[in-house]
Amino acid sequence: MSLIFDEYGRPYIILQEQERKTRIKGLDAIRSNITAARTLARTLTTSLGPKGMDKMLQSQDGDVTVTNDGATILKEMDVENQVAKLMVELAQSQDDEIGDGTTGVVVLAGALLEQALILLDRGIHPTKISEGFDKACEVCLDKLEQISQKIEFNENSYDDLVKAAMTTMSSKVVNRYSQQLAEICIKAIFSVADFERKDINLDLIKVEGKVGGTLEDSVLVNGIVLDKDVSHPQMPKAVDNAKICILTCPFEPPKPKTKHKLDIDSVEKYRDLQKAEQEYFRDMVQRVKDSGANVVLCQWGFDDEANHLLYQNGLLAVRWVGGVEIELVAMATHGRIIPRFSEISEKKLGRAGKVREVSLGTTHDHVIFIEDCANSKAVTIFLRGGSKMAVDEAKRSVHDALCQVRNLIRDQRIVYGGGSSEIACSLAVSEFADKVSGVEQYAIRCFADALDAIPSALADNSGLSSLETLGALKAAQTKQNNSRLGVDCLGLGTLDMKEQNVYETLLSKKQQIQLATQLVKMILKIDDVIGPTDALT
Amino acid sequence: MQVPRYQGPAPHVLKRDTSEEKGEEARMSSFIGALALCDLVKTTLGPKGMDKILQSASGDIIVTNDGATILKSVSIDNAAAKILVDISKTQDDEIGDGTTSVCCLAGELLREAEKLLDAKIHPQLVVSGYRIAANAAQKALQEAAMDHGANFEQLKQDLFYIAKTTLSSKLLAQSRDHFAKMAVEAVLRLKGSTNLDHIQFIKKTGGNLSDSYLDEGFILEKTLGVGQPKRVENAKILIANTPMDTDKIKVYGARVRVDSYNKVAEIEEAEQKKMLEKCQKILNHGINCFVNRQLIYNRPEQFFTDHGIMAIEHADFDGVERLALVTGGEVVSTFDHPELVKLGHCGLIEESMIGEDRVIRFSNCAAKEACTIVLRGANKQILDEAERSLHDALCVLSQTVNHSKVVYGGGSAEMLMAKAVDEVAKTIPGKQSLAVEGFARALRAIPTIVADNAGFDATELISEMRAAHQKGEKEAGIDIQNGILGNMAKLHVLESFKLKSYMVSSATEAAEMIIRVDDIIKAAPRRREE
Repeated sequence: MSLIFDEYGRPYIILQEQERKTRIKGLDAIRSNITAARTLARTLTTSLGPKGMDKMLQSQDGDVTVTNDGATILKEMDVENQVAKLMVELAQSQDDEIGDGTTGVVVLAGALLEQALILLDRGIHPTKISEGFDKACEVCLDKLEQISQKIEFNENSYDDLVKAAMTTMSSKVVNRYSQQLAEICIKAIFSVADFERKDINLDLIKVEGKVGGTLEDSVLVNGIVLDKDVSHPQMPKAVDNAKICILTCPFEPPKPKTKHKLDIDSVEKYRDLQKAEQEYFRDMVQRVKDSGANVVLCQWGFDDEANHLLYQNGLLAVRWVGGVEIELVAMATHGRIIPRFSEISEKKLGRAGKVREVSLGTTHDHVIFIEDCANSKAVTIFLRGGSKMAVDEAKRSVHDALCQVRNLIRDQRIVYGGGSSEIACSLAVSEFADKVSGVEQYAIRCFADALDAIPSALADNSGLSSLETLGALKAAQTKQNNSRLGVDCLGLGTLDMKEQNVYETLLSKKQQIQLATQLVKMILKIDDVIGPTDALT
Repeated sequence: MQVPRYQGPAPHVLKRDTSEEKGEEARMSSFIGALALCDLVKTTLGPKGMDKILQSASGDIIVTNDGATILKSVSIDNAAAKILVDISKTQDDEIGDGTTSVCCLAGELLREAEKLLDAKIHPQLVVSGYRIAANAAQKALQEAAMDHGANFEQLKQDLFYIAKTTLSSKLLAQSRDHFAKMAVEAVLRLKGSTNLDHIQFIKKTGGNLSDSYLDEGFILEKTLGVGQPKRVENAKILIANTPMDTDKIKVYGARVRVDSYNKVAEIEEAEQKKMLEKCQKILNHGINCFVNRQLIYNRPEQFFTDHGIMAIEHADFDGVERLALVTGGEVVSTFDHPELVKLGHCGLIEESMIGEDRVIRFSNCAAKEACTIVLRGANKQILDEAERSLHDALCVLSQTVNHSKVVYGGGSAEMLMAKAVDEVAKTIPGKQSLAVEGFARALRAIPTIVADNAGFDATELISEMRAAHQKGEKEAGIDIQNGILGNMAKLHVLESFKLKSYMVSSATEAAEMIIRVDDIIKAAPRRREE
C-alpha cells in the first residue's frame, strides 16, 4: 500500500492497520475486477447450450454435485473474491426472477466485461462505456420485443409449451427423457395455474426426489408425497376416501409454556395423576376418532401408548410430518391445521381420495402418497434416478422447466433460441452504433460484439468453428431478413430455430440483457479496492 | 482483437485451497478415478471371482465378494469414483445384487469413451451414442425376457435357478442347492412383500455351512425368565411394547414431594401396585405367553411366573414386529380393552439349543409371513459373508416375485444386448455409431471379465459366444464349470430381468454423467474443529 509521508518522513496512517492492507486503484482496480469476473464467466461458458458440458463440484464435506445449472455451479463454487461474488448474485437473481438462463446471463456479463477492457485500454472513460452500454441495451430490448412472437396454447393443446420446456431441459443430463418430463411439468403447472390472474404459485408444486429406479419411473402425483412411514407397522397401509386430521399439537398431556411444578405428596394424588394421564390419552384419541377421521398426520411424535391407541381405533397415523408439508397437505385436502385437540371437528378434516404407503426397493424405504385430494390444485412431481447426483440434477432441471412454463403463462411471448435472438440484437445494435456520434459509438459497437459471445460459445461447445458459423449466420440473417436463424447445435441440418423448436421466453432474454448490463456498469464504476493483503495476492 | 491482459497480481476468485481442474485434465482425473475403482472390484466378478479382505481402522476384518460392501468400505476422494459408489449403492438398495456388475459396466463404458475422446469425438456425441445403444440394449433384453409369473410351479423353479446363479459367485457356492432352496422358501413366505426385515438371520459359529437351515417356525434369541415354564403348548401370545419397570409419569412438571419417609414408602407401594395392576390387566387377556420389547423387571416377571405365564423380555424391535407377523398377533401398548386385542397363536413354544446357545423357538405358528434362517459356519467372517450372500439372493428373489421376468445368465444376456447394439450401430450415420459400437464392446467386456477371472481363454470364449449369438443361439453363454460354450437354458442359469435392465440403465446414466463433466472444482476439506 502506498504511503504518504510528512516532512519528517513519518507516514500518515489513514486506515486502520494500513500497513497490512493492499490497495489497487484506478484502471488497475477495474482490470483486476474484470479479470476475476471473467474467470467465472469462462468456467460457465462451456456449460452453455445443448452440447454444453457439466461441472463436477466437491463440497467441503466431500459431497459431489454434478450439474449444468449456472446458478448452482456458482453457488457451489464457493468464491471468495468480492467481484466474483457479484457474479454469483447475478446468476442467483436471474434464478429467482426467471428461473432459467442463469448460465447465459453470466456468459453475457463476462463478454461485456471483456469488451469493456478493450475500450478502457483505448482510453475511454468508464462512465462513457457505461452510457454506451446503456443505450445499446435499450436497442436490444426494443429489438427483442420486435422479433418476439406470441404462442397460443390452452389446456388441451400445449405443443408449444412442451417445446419451450424441452428447450430448457435440452442442456441437462435429463434430456433423454425431456419430452415426458416437459409434459409432466406442464400438467403440473396447469393444475395449479390461475389463468385469469395469470398467476402460478409454484409452492403448490412439490418436487420430491427419491434415489432408485430410473428417470423413466418419474411420475406426476395428483396430490402430495410424504417421505415418511406409517407409525405403527400394523396400521392399514391404504385408506380410501380418507378424512385427514392434520394436527400440529403433540399427543401428550398439556404442557404450559410457563415454568411450573406439580407436587405430589400423597398416594391418592399419585393415583389421581395416573388416572388423569390415561384419561388425556384416551380423550385425545377419542376426539380424533369422533370427528370421523381415518388418517392422522401429526407434526410431532407420539409415544407407544398413543400410537397403539390410534392403531386400536383403526387410524392410519404418520408422525413427524414437516411444517411445510403439513401446510401443503392442508391446502391440498381443504383441511384445516388443528393446533389443539379441543378444536377438532368434522368440518376441519381434510379430504383425499386415497392415502397409501408405498415401499420402494429392498431397504424398507417408504413414502406416503396422498392422492385425489379435494383441492386438485396441489401436485407433486415424484422424480426417480439411478444415483443421488442424478436425482438432484433432475430436480434442478424440473425447477427450471417449471419456471419457464410459468413465465410463458404470464407472458406468452417467446423469442427463438440457439443464439438467433442475440445475433438479431447484435445486428440491430451495430446498425444503431453508426448513428451515434461521440465516444459512445465505440462502446455500442463493443456491446454488439459482446452479444456475439453467446452464439459463438454455442458453436464452440457444439464443435463448430465459431467464427465461420457466426459470420454465416449474420450474413444469412441480414440477407433473408429472418431473425430465427441460429446455431445448429444438434446438427439437424437447419438453421431455422422455429423448425428446431428452440423456444425461449422473451421475459428471460430481456432480463438476461438487463441484468448483465447493470452488473457490468456497476463493476466499471469501482476504481478502488482496499482489502487485507492476502485477499488480493 | 487481442484482449489486453491485466498486469497486476492475479485476483483470488475461489476460496483458498480450492482446486479446479479443467478440460482434459478434469476428464483424465475423473476417468482415472472411475477406472481405478472399476479395476478394484473387477476381480470379484463372476462365479470364479476372488474375495477381498477389508480391514477397518479399528482392525475389524471383513472377507467379502459383494461389490456394494467393498465399495462402501473404501473411502474415496475422487468425485467420479464417488458416483460409481453411489450407483452401486443404489443398485444394492433397489435390487440387492449386481452391484459389482453395474460398477464394472460403467467402468467399461468409460474405458470405451476414453478411446473415443482420444480420437477427438465430442463427449456429447459419445453420450448420445450411448443413449441410442442403451435403448437398443433394453429393447433386446425386453424381447429376450421370459415371464413365468402366471404359473406358480414354474415361477418357483425360476426363483430356484436365479438363487443358484446369484449364490454361485459367492462363498456359498459349494452348497448352493441347499441355500437356493432355503432362499426360495423364505421369500415365498413373504407373500409378495419386499420387506426383508421379516427374514431373520441367526448366526452361530460352529458346525458346517451346510448345517444351516430354514426354521419352519420362528426363533427368538432370548432366554426365558427364571422358574418359568420351558414349554408351552397352544400358546396364546400377547406381543407388547410397553415399559415394565415403572411407568414414567407423562404429565409435565410432576414430581413427588413428601414430608416423611413413611410417605415415601407409601408412594413406592403405590408405584408397585400400579405395575401389578398393569400386569393384572395383561393377564386378563387370557394369555400364556407375554413378549415385551422393553425390559421386564423382577417383580412383574415373578408375577407372571406365579401365574404360569412365560415372559420374554427385551426382544428387539424387529424381533417384535417379526413375531407379530409370524403369530398373527398385534403389537400392543395399552391394555384396557382385551376384547379388541388380537393375540398371537402358535402350536408350541419351547426353549431349544443351537450350538451352545439357548434360544426360544416358536413352532406351528398361525401366520407364517416371517421366518428365521439359522446359519452355521466355522468363523464369524464366514457367517457374515454367508449372510450377505444370502441377503443378496433374497433381495433378488423378492424383487423377482413381483417382477417375474427372467433372462439367461452366464453372459448370454450381455452378448444378446451387444449383438442388438451392434446391429443398431450399422444403421446410424455419423460419429455416434462409433460410440454405439463402443457400448457393445463394453457389454461384451462383462463376460470377458467373468471368463478371465475363471482363468479361461476369454478371447476365444467370447468370440465363440459372439458367433453363436450371431447364428441365433440366444441361450449361448459361458459354462463356467468346464470353461466351454454352454447352453444356459440347459444349464439353468437364470438371472432377474429387472436386475439386468437396471444395471444397464444406471451404468449408462453414471457413465453419461461422468463423460459430460469438463470441470472439477474441489473445495478444501472442512477442517476438523480442534
